[in-house]
Amino acid sequence: MRELVCIVCPKGCTMHIDEKDGETIITGNTCKRGEKFAISEMTEPKRTICSTVRTSFDEMPVLPVRVSDEIPKDRIFDVMAEINKVCLKERVRRGEPVIKNVLGLGVDVIATSDILKDI
Amino acid sequence: MRKYDCLVIGGGPAGLAAAISAHKNGAHTLLIEREARLGGILKQCIHDGFGLVRYGEKLSGPEYAERFIDVFNEEKIEALTLTFVTRIAKTVEGFAVTLVNRDGVEIVASKTLILATGCRERTAKQVSIHGTRPAGVFTAGTAQHFTNLLGEMPTKKCVILGSGDIGLIMARRLTLEGAEVLGVYEAKPTPSGLTRNIHQCLHDYNIPLYLSHTVTRVFGEDRLSAVETAEVDEKMQPVPGTEAIVDCDALILSVGLIPENELAEALGVALDPKTKGPVCNAQLMTCVDGVFSCGNALHVNDLVDYVSESGENAGENAAKYAKRPRNEIPVDSSGALLYAVPQRLDLAADNSSVQLYFRSREVLDGCTFKIIVDGETVFSKKYPFLRPPEMEKLTVDFSRFNLTPQSKITLDIEVKPNA
Repeated sequence: MRELVCIVCPKGCTMHIDEKDGETIITGNTCKRGEKFAISEMTEPKRTICSTVRTSFDEMPVLPVRVSDEIPKDRIFDVMAEINKVCLKERVRRGEPVIKNVLGLGVDVIATSDILKDI
Repeated sequence: MRKYDCLVIGGGPAGLAAAISAHKNGAHTLLIEREARLGGILKQCIHDGFGLVRYGEKLSGPEYAERFIDVFNEEKIEALTLTFVTRIAKTVEGFAVTLVNRDGVEIVASKTLILATGCRERTAKQVSIHGTRPAGVFTAGTAQHFTNLLGEMPTKKCVILGSGDIGLIMARRLTLEGAEVLGVYEAKPTPSGLTRNIHQCLHDYNIPLYLSHTVTRVFGEDRLSAVETAEVDEKMQPVPGTEAIVDCDALILSVGLIPENELAEALGVALDPKTKGPVCNAQLMTCVDGVFSCGNALHVNDLVDYVSESGENAGENAAKYAKRPRNEIPVDSSGALLYAVPQRLDLAADNSSVQLYFRSREVLDGCTFKIIVDGETVFSKKYPFLRPPEMEKLTVDFSRFNLTPQSKITLDIEVKPNA
């Protein structure tokens, strides 16, 4: 048996995962998203990451970014290394990609703020 | 003198929601913000998870704030940034508010005030740590400001004291940026932050959490060079013989948030010792007529979604405000609750959809939240578990309880034995 805390929403349900006759039984979740999270966690754990990229604008030296969708948990630090290579020279708007299809993972690194438009 | 129906103090999520709501309900509104940009603390909260309740999406702090800032700007609501409120005087028609900014001093008049001043972090001086006073002792919010807004790393190797959410978020953030987080030390036997943050911020990155442990001393001359940690007993006192020296260059504090209510106190607003925010009725009006409170100034919320909700509630009621006598009765909480908001009900107002926020005092499994009126349970809701870091919210129709000025309302949590 494995115990798992769901991180999908702030409720933080404690789930129990049991194997019975080759079938996976998940208990303790209070919604369907919990079950989906538990299965993902047992097979291919995924996370989103949020960070900042450097800019060449003095007033706003960094711009917040995040990945547009989940990435494999074991690739987090690889993606961080890519994010830390960037130095923005253009006024990227909120939602626009800063890195397209990062490391071929099928997700973009996108800007999460419109602050560069105002400076 | 410029005249307004509603003056909102604070341009974070509570103030933005309050100003938009007041404006949409017909009030001529002005928002005052002391920083250069609107958005409050969300500007530096670049992690995601905001807006799950409100939008069903996992937004970052700036994305969440900018949804409100965009509406605020589209509606052309007036705002003054880099502006401080230095004095508030009561007048016959409402309030005369003294503002100071680069243009000088100005007094504006407003019929109502909404205090959306947020909260402050508890500092090193408030947790009595012995030793020298070197550079390298930061609150988690300050470390977050350095990292996420200035792009400067405040540490290479640190210890975090306190398991509040910002501390947990910063443990992950600093780790992602290459710093070494040696451990999170929490004096209490249970974590202060959300359970999900213990998992996604600490466990995911193998950062140890030391419960019933604290930092007792800092070392270092110009820069912090080490801290002394120790186990604590049930009375939170360090246990002799358990001390350990941990080499590091920073101590980051995440030891609690306190609602900021200096302006409220100066106005004679009564504060609740449990929430450290104003005592309010369901319309979020304080004991001073025409003065409303919302967001983290009212009580420290766990989610920004509820901060916005209380801002909207305060904004709507401020816009609809007309001076009249109140008929208020207290809403008492039993010892099982850490606190509950609102603390009063105005029987002369509409209480058919009261937003009730509460936290349990301890971790409880299998329990029932109850509203008791004159000894009779009039409302109950079962919870599989309640944890103090996770705030609970209910919408309750109090108008159906036939309340009178003599009614005695008590909120309680009952734990079922062996449940």
